[in-house]
This record gives sequence, C-alpha cells and structure tokens, in this order.
Amino acid sequence: MAAEPTNQAPAARSYWHITWRRFRSHRLGMVGLCVVAVLFLVSFLSPMLANDQPILCRFDGSFYYPAVIDLIHQVPGSKLIIQKKRPYRLATFDFKREFDPERGDWALWTPMRYGPREIAAEPLAGPSSRHWLGTDQSGRDVLSRMVHGTVVSMKVGFLSMGIAVILGLILGCIAGYAGGVADLVISRFIEIVMCFPPFFLILAVLAWFPPSIENVMIVIGLTRWVGIARFARGEILRIRETDYALAARSLGVRPAQLVLRHLLPNALAPVLVSVTFGIAVSILIEAGLSWLGFGVQPPDPSWGTILRSGYENLFTAGHMIPPACVAIFVAVLSFNLVGDTLRDVIDPRLQAERA
Amino acid sequence: MLSYILRRLVTGLVTLFGISVISFFIIQLVPGDPAQIQTSQIADAAVSERVYQQLRELYGLDDPIPVQYWNWVRKLVVGDLGSSFHDGRRVSAKIGEALWPTLSVALLSFMLTLIISTPIGIYSALRQGGGFDRSVSTGLYMLYSVPNYVAGMLLILYLGVKWDLLPFRGMRSDGYDEMTTLGQMWDLAQHYVLITFCFTFGNLAYYSRFIRQNLLEVVRQDYVRTARAKGLGERSVVLKHAFTNSLIPLISLIGLTFPFVLSGSVILEYMFNWPGLGRLYFESVLQRDYPTIMALNFITALLVLGITFIADLTYGLVDPRISYEK
Repeated sequence: MAAEPTNQAPAARSYWHITWRRFRSHRLGMVGLCVVAVLFLVSFLSPMLANDQPILCRFDGSFYYPAVIDLIHQVPGSKLIIQKKRPYRLATFDFKREFDPERGDWALWTPMRYGPREIAAEPLAGPSSRHWLGTDQSGRDVLSRMVHGTVVSMKVGFLSMGIAVILGLILGCIAGYAGGVADLVISRFIEIVMCFPPFFLILAVLAWFPPSIENVMIVIGLTRWVGIARFARGEILRIRETDYALAARSLGVRPAQLVLRHLLPNALAPVLVSVTFGIAVSILIEAGLSWLGFGVQPPDPSWGTILRSGYENLFTAGHMIPPACVAIFVAVLSFNLVGDTLRDVIDPRLQAERA
Repeated sequence: MLSYILRRLVTGLVTLFGISVISFFIIQLVPGDPAQIQTSQIADAAVSERVYQQLRELYGLDDPIPVQYWNWVRKLVVGDLGSSFHDGRRVSAKIGEALWPTLSVALLSFMLTLIISTPIGIYSALRQGGGFDRSVSTGLYMLYSVPNYVAGMLLILYLGVKWDLLPFRGMRSDGYDEMTTLGQMWDLAQHYVLITFCFTFGNLAYYSRFIRQNLLEVVRQDYVRTARAKGLGERSVVLKHAFTNSLIPLISLIGLTFPFVLSGSVILEYMFNWPGLGRLYFESVLQRDYPTIMALNFITALLVLGITFIADLTYGLVDPRISYEK
C-alpha cells in the first residue's frame, strides 16, 4: 500500500508511523495480525511443512532437495528457471517406495510426510498417530490438505482483493474527481451491481467460466470492487474540497497528478479498512464456492472441498468437518480483528472520543 | 416531497432496466444453453440434433438477443414471467412455492434477532464498558465471525448426526402425511430450528452493537439531559426518549439487509436441503433455466430498490427534521 515516492515521505511516513504505534496498543488487533502472519507463513512454507518428498535426501548415491524446489515454485514464474531433478519431477515417481536404506539412502523429511494429493492410507480413516486428522474419501492425509488449503485461501483473499482495489480505486477516483456524466454513469453502475445479491452474481458469472481457483479470484474481484469504489469516491469528494487540494490546484498541478499524488494517498486509509474486511469475505466466498463445487476442483486441496468431503460422508467421516471449520473461522476472525482495529486506529474522531 | 418521490422512481426504473439488461446478457453469454443440456442424454446423434433444434425454436433462442430481451420485457409488463425451460412449469408458480420456506425462515430469524439483540444493545449501552457490555460484545463478536455455513456444518455434524437430536434435511420428515396435526407442527418446528439459528446468530452481534452505538449517541443529546433534568425516571428516559430516537438508523439497516435475507442463502439452503429461493436459483443456474434466473434476479433487484426507497421515506415520517428538498 505504501506507493508513495520518497519526495513526499516525511508526512506520509509519520502518518503511517503514528497509525502503526496506535495499532500496536490494541491487543486483539495484534493477535489478529499475528495469526494472519502465521497463516501467511504456513501457506508460503506449505511445501516444506507437508510433502510426500523430503527436504533433503540421499538417493542412489546423489543428493536431492525436492521440497525446497517445491517451495521455490510457490513464486510465480520460477518453474521456467528451476526444475526438480530427473526422477522427482515425474508424476509416477514414488520416492517412498524407491527409498532403500540399505543402499545408503537417507532423507530429511518435512514435519508432515504426506503430500496433499498423495494417496497415503485407506479412505475415511479417523485420526491416528500417523494421520493426525485422519484421511479423506480417497485416503489422502487431511492435515496435509489443510496446510495446502491455506495457500488457496490466502491467494484468493489477497489477489481477489487486489483486483477489487485496482478496479475500485480507478473507477472511484474518476467518479469522485471528474464528477458530471462520468460520476453519474459510474454511480449508477455501482448501484446496479449492488442490487444483485453478491452470491447470485458470482454464481451467474461462474457458470460462464470453467471452475478453477484463478476464475474464482477474478470473479470475486469483479464483484467486490463496488464497495471500494464507493468509499474512494466519497473520500475523493471530501478531500477535493480541502485547502491542500486547493493549494495544489492553484499551483497548477495537473488533474491526474493531483489525484494520484495528493488526493489518493489521503483516501487510502479507509479503503484499507474495507480491504481487510474484504479479504475475510473473499476467503469465505471461496470456501463456500468450493463447497458448492464451483471453486477449487476435487484433487486439489482447499478448506471448502475438505468441508464438502466431510458433508458427503457425514455419517462415516465427520472428522474432516471440525478442522476445516476451525480454519475458516480463525482466518475470518483474525482478518476481522485486524480490520476493526484498523478502523479504530485510523478514524481520528474515535481517537478524540477516547482521549 | 413529490418531486423527490418522482426522481427516485425514475432513477429506480433506470437502474432496474440496467439490471435486467445486464443479467439478460450475462445469462445468454454463458456457454451451454438449456436445449443442449436437455438433449445431452439422447444417444442417437440425429434425434438429439433434431430435438435440440426444436427446443431452441420452442424457447425462442434463435432470435437475436435484443429481440429475446424485448419479448421478455413485453411479457413482464403484463405480469408474465414465462415458463421454466427445465420442467415447463410457470416460473411464478415455482417462485411462489420457494417463497414461503425462505420468507418464513427470514421473518422468524429477523424477529428473533430483534427480540434478542434489542435488550442486549440497550443494557450494554447503559452499562457501557462494564463487565456485561464487554463480555457480551466479545462473545457476540466471536459468533459474528463464525460464517453461517461453517456453523451449519458443525450443527449438522453434532446435533444432527452424532447426537441425533434434530433433523437437518428439508422441511418435513418422511412420514409427515401420516402424522397428526399436532405431530406435523412439532415436526415442522424441529426442522426450522437449525436453519433459523444459522440465519440468526451472525446478525445478533451486528444488531446489538448497532443498537448500542446509536443509543450511546442519543443519550448524549440535550433532550435526554432535559428529560433527566425534569425528573423523569431512568426507565422512561431510556425507553421513551432515548431508545425511540435511536431507531431511525435501524430502519435503514433493516432496509439494507432484509432484501438479501429474503433472497435466501444458496449454501445454507443447499446444505439443509431447504426448498427455498436460494436453492431454486442454484438449480436454475445449473439447468440454464433462463426465465427462472431472470425472474429471480429481477425480483431481488426490485425488492432491494423498493425497500431502500421505503426506508428512505420512512425516515421522513419518523423524523420530521429530515428534508427531501435538496
């Protein structure tokens, strides 16, 4: 969010600095932020936490580090630069079967030894010492799927809101600053989008695209920008009339620069609050869509699909439901906590009230 | 006032037009038309193709989209929502059937929300920062963060399956028709418990916080101080003078949320096998049942616009200080 160049930095930095100091004094907000950080770490480190291939191993005389490469592959585009060595990149290669200690093979395993798509045991087994959260209907380790499901939730949460922010800010700024016909058209359009129940719109659009996590992200982004646009429009309308905006205008700053340099940075704080809540909602929608079968498709793990497997095997395998429920709840709660604290911290009126 | 109403009606009509055009085009652009879905089961390619063409002609899908849209509007004006592409039944009949299950849960949950959250909100406001205020608001906040379908899954798992206390599939048990009237009512009531709870608990935090916040603002007003100063009892000050005045924003909140409650929840209704509007919509999307989808979109939009309009007007009735001339 800190898109400000350095020449304006002192003022901008001190505002965010003050905000951060105030944020730190809110215990619940900090707890929320820490949980968000943990979720983020888990999703980034997921290949090193749960994998059917080891972090480091000696196999048939040479060293390999397949899980580390899986981790690097989390960065988009890195597949073009680095690939796993020969046997490990083959889909048919089963390291655990080929593993032979008598040949001098050894392996440093990830904390959980099962991959999210690996068929590791008999289906629908309850929790045990080998599979802490049991297995699903295909015999895949639920804990490993939970860990890798975090990636989906975080990705959808952040990227879909990224799309929504870009769209919302552009349209909101145009409507707020240009006014006139542009404002009329955009405001009417916003009203139209808001009249659809959000889930209806998503379902209608998703029937159009083949279900996949990327499409879910795009669709959520395309339907959730309206709130941000309304916020941005209102803020720009308000700030446009302030003295510093007038001063900038009378100095001859061009409109585009005025908006980007002087108006937008001051409108970002309230937008940030709605983005934080938006991430929670996106995570919720993604899990819901995956539950309905419109989101992440079955072999791939996601909290929603795990919940769905639990629902389909209610009488035989209830053990899949509570973990997925807890994960969704914790993610939503912590983003809500961060959002609430941000709102308290950013709104100066509330500050005056408390003082 | 009259000019305000007129202006709102005109912009409302424009918005409705926009909504119907956009949803019509989105629906038409979705790959896979109803004729194709219905003929996909026919094995013989020649027969399948012939039936496909006949169905397309029957549904009027070969006309250009603007013509189809015009036909739809023409029928809508005389109150005809068309027939379902899926089973040929009147769309109005299908929606009428699904309306009551959704509406009854919505109203029930709404009443429960108000009955529970109003006293909580008032009491928390009066004891602001006290033990009750803090513990209840924390508890409700946690509840608010439990997504309703997550709660639904847990309730189904524990209350429905593990402890076998309450039914969770549909509105009625299998032997419903053989039951006595009293038994039928009991059966129906049991089926309502879980789904109503799922629709209700999340709103509790929202509404009680909302009521608390508004009351806190009103309590600081001069007229409340006046009421206290002239020696009215605390009860009368709070309930008569403060609370009634804090209701105004509540009207707009109700106006904003109710249409969405009414449109049902796709996931919850699907999860509980509840024959409501949300499930009808979901199934219609899967079947590419254009007339039903259009009708549901249109009705929801109409409700959103209508109820916000009524809420804005009620403002003026409740609070004469609000002026519409601007």
